[in-house]
Amino acid sequence: MSTANHTVRVSANNIPIRKRGSLSIAVMGTPNSGKSTLFNRLTGLNQRIGNFPGVTVERHLGGFQENGQQIELIDLPGTHSLSGYSQEERVAVDVLFGRAAGQSQPDGILAVVDATNLYQGLYLVQQLLELGLPLVVALTMGDAADRARIAINDSRLSELLGGTPIVPVVATTGSGIAQLREALGNMGGQQPAACKPVWAELTQVAKNLAQQFDLGDEPLTIAEIGRSLIEFSRNPEGLDLLRFPDASVAAFESHAGALFGSEPALATEARIRYGWSRDVLDQVQHRGSRLQGLGARVSGFFSRPVPGTLSLFVVMAIVFQAVFAWATPLMDLIDGATGALSALAVSLLGDGALGSLVADGIVAGVGSVVIFIPQIVILFLFILLLEDSGYLARAAYLLDRVMRMVGLSGQSIIPMVSSFACAVPGIMATRVIPSRRDRIATIMAAPFMTCSARLPVYALLISAFVPAGTVGFLNLQGLVLLGLYLFGIVMGVLTALLMRKTAVKGSGSSFALMLPEFRMPNVQTVLIQLLGRVKIFLRRAGTIIFAVTVVVWALVYFPRADLQPVVEKQQSELSSSLSPEARAQALAVIDNQAAAAQLEQSWLGRAGRAIAPAFAPLGWDWRITAGVIASFPAREVVIAVLGTIYAVGDEAEDATLASRLKTSTHADGTLVFTFPVVLGLLIFYALCLQCAATLAVIRRETNSWRWPIFAWTYMTSLGYLGALLVYQIGTR
Amino acid sequence: MPPDTPTFTLTLASLKRGERGVVVDIDASDPLTQRLMTLGLVEGVEVERGHTAIGGDPIEYRVFGLGMSLRAEQAKCFAIAPPGSE
Repeated sequence: MSTANHTVRVSANNIPIRKRGSLSIAVMGTPNSGKSTLFNRLTGLNQRIGNFPGVTVERHLGGFQENGQQIELIDLPGTHSLSGYSQEERVAVDVLFGRAAGQSQPDGILAVVDATNLYQGLYLVQQLLELGLPLVVALTMGDAADRARIAINDSRLSELLGGTPIVPVVATTGSGIAQLREALGNMGGQQPAACKPVWAELTQVAKNLAQQFDLGDEPLTIAEIGRSLIEFSRNPEGLDLLRFPDASVAAFESHAGALFGSEPALATEARIRYGWSRDVLDQVQHRGSRLQGLGARVSGFFSRPVPGTLSLFVVMAIVFQAVFAWATPLMDLIDGATGALSALAVSLLGDGALGSLVADGIVAGVGSVVIFIPQIVILFLFILLLEDSGYLARAAYLLDRVMRMVGLSGQSIIPMVSSFACAVPGIMATRVIPSRRDRIATIMAAPFMTCSARLPVYALLISAFVPAGTVGFLNLQGLVLLGLYLFGIVMGVLTALLMRKTAVKGSGSSFALMLPEFRMPNVQTVLIQLLGRVKIFLRRAGTIIFAVTVVVWALVYFPRADLQPVVEKQQSELSSSLSPEARAQALAVIDNQAAAAQLEQSWLGRAGRAIAPAFAPLGWDWRITAGVIASFPAREVVIAVLGTIYAVGDEAEDATLASRLKTSTHADGTLVFTFPVVLGLLIFYALCLQCAATLAVIRRETNSWRWPIFAWTYMTSLGYLGALLVYQIGTR
Repeated sequence: MPPDTPTFTLTLASLKRGERGVVVDIDASDPLTQRLMTLGLVEGVEVERGHTAIGGDPIEYRVFGLGMSLRAEQAKCFAIAPPGSE
């Protein structure tokens, strides 16, 4: 069943899974075992990052040549056990059992074990041994083990693991890598380890079941039946019964009952397997008198309640400072390049439909997204550094108490912090949250965090309408911006609280986390991961955002109004006595008026007029309405649209647009952007879910349309109500 | 869900900072407790209590040199005895 039909599969993204004469090896290890660093050391940049089909778990593939043989490595998510606790773990288990879509079963396994954490490493290794696949153990962090005075008898360990090759490596220096490659190259001819199963009773029952239902007697089959027995006792509904004959359900019931009694199967498994781990540990590991390493001392400092919490605030402040201050020069650079590229497009393609599509649609649209790359790179760099050093786990531990008050746990901190760059990676980061209820509540709260796409909208409105004075020693504009950030946090927190009291109510949040010791982040690992994240972001800019900008461009460009006669008439009427500068200025005014007239009768203009009555109670005219509608797929689009609407052309400086907004009037001559309208607009942008990418990621992560539809309806209603309230109270 | 009434008198939660205890019994009814067992917190291991976050919760423990943090309500599911008394 599991070995018969997997050889011809090709993955969904056309990565050939198995070539002739090549060996595919799954890399398994506990979290923080140095697995990613070792994988990067083995494959270098020769790796591809994708997703496992159907799930959002990242799949890292890489390869190298050894002895003329191609070795393909699949880096599986870090896991403590094969019990399939999280989505990541389930993917790892599915790949090992050869039942993951688009991924054939590996020919062997490389188990990465942290020498300073042999206890947990052995828990995983014993389960991998039972699969009957060739196995090589890489013993990492030997340098850290030396410092902690931990000595491991490799040959005795290999003996106890049934002759499994053990290769000590230090991934950061590269020591032992050559030997590891050699061992992996020899895997093709390697015999599966000869050792007795640790949990003999389970194996025996699985064998009986296999025999009874004629399922075959391969070790992998037996291991899978054993795993299924444990799964069955946890969740009888969750067992994939299609893989077993109908008649086996009753047999499963009676066997699981006999094996586990009234105890939860996982508890029984942990007792038996860790009993063996301790036994092996006693025989192979010698611990000298414990020496407090630097990592341990640093960890100790950050775990102390007061210094830990205070330094957490300092770290957060540094990250925010970096994201907003350091990114600005780079963003200006990208802004300049986009403008130059647009101008180049127009000069090459003319100012007809094609030139306009390329310059105003594609270059300006994609440019408005690419401009966020500096912020995203800096934020991700910090998050990856903090994660790799072990700091984020401390942050989750320190803030658990606070998060608990709103029905969440410390594990929601990482997604929330990430959402300040962009809600998409933030929502993806909720996978570490074990409880589905906590996870949904966090997903609903994340889009309220002020993301980098809201920032340009805030910046425009604040620079236009908030006076540049100071309050005491604080800058008033900065204060308003800070207020908007806090408003987002408060609304997110209230939303989480509301969710935990209604839609996903139930027992309080739960929290349990490994606290790894601090260590220096590995530069190569961090950079490779950063590159992967940026690639994913760029791919989105190249697809979704590209499509949206083209559509918005078409809605603004069509239908064409025949303005040429009017423009020419106005141009000919210009007095010939004007100075060249005054003449150029007058010509620009005529062009701008023509652009505004075109927009007014474009599809977007018509839509804006048609829907404007619905937004009239908010104080908006049709132009604001059109801009807001156009920015539903991506909120930052509003700036480009307002630029066009207010007839300043797309090369307008922010200052120009800002002054246009300030002097914009209704038909009766009153100002459009009064204080209540501006405040309402800011509130609207703070609350509304104007981001197609966020909706798509919520759909993927919750695996249902229900949550994205709910989030969109909820946040849009809140935005409307907020702006309505502010305008109505403000104009009373 | 953690049991409403703690069934053990001496638990991981009763340890003071720097004190050690050996896990002797576990109320494994809560899935999170089972998860902690899967991470190695089982009968027979010696546990040392570390620091506590502001507000008295969660608590840091060390098992075989590994840091783990859990909330007090979870810690109450692990009964302990003084080291060497088993």
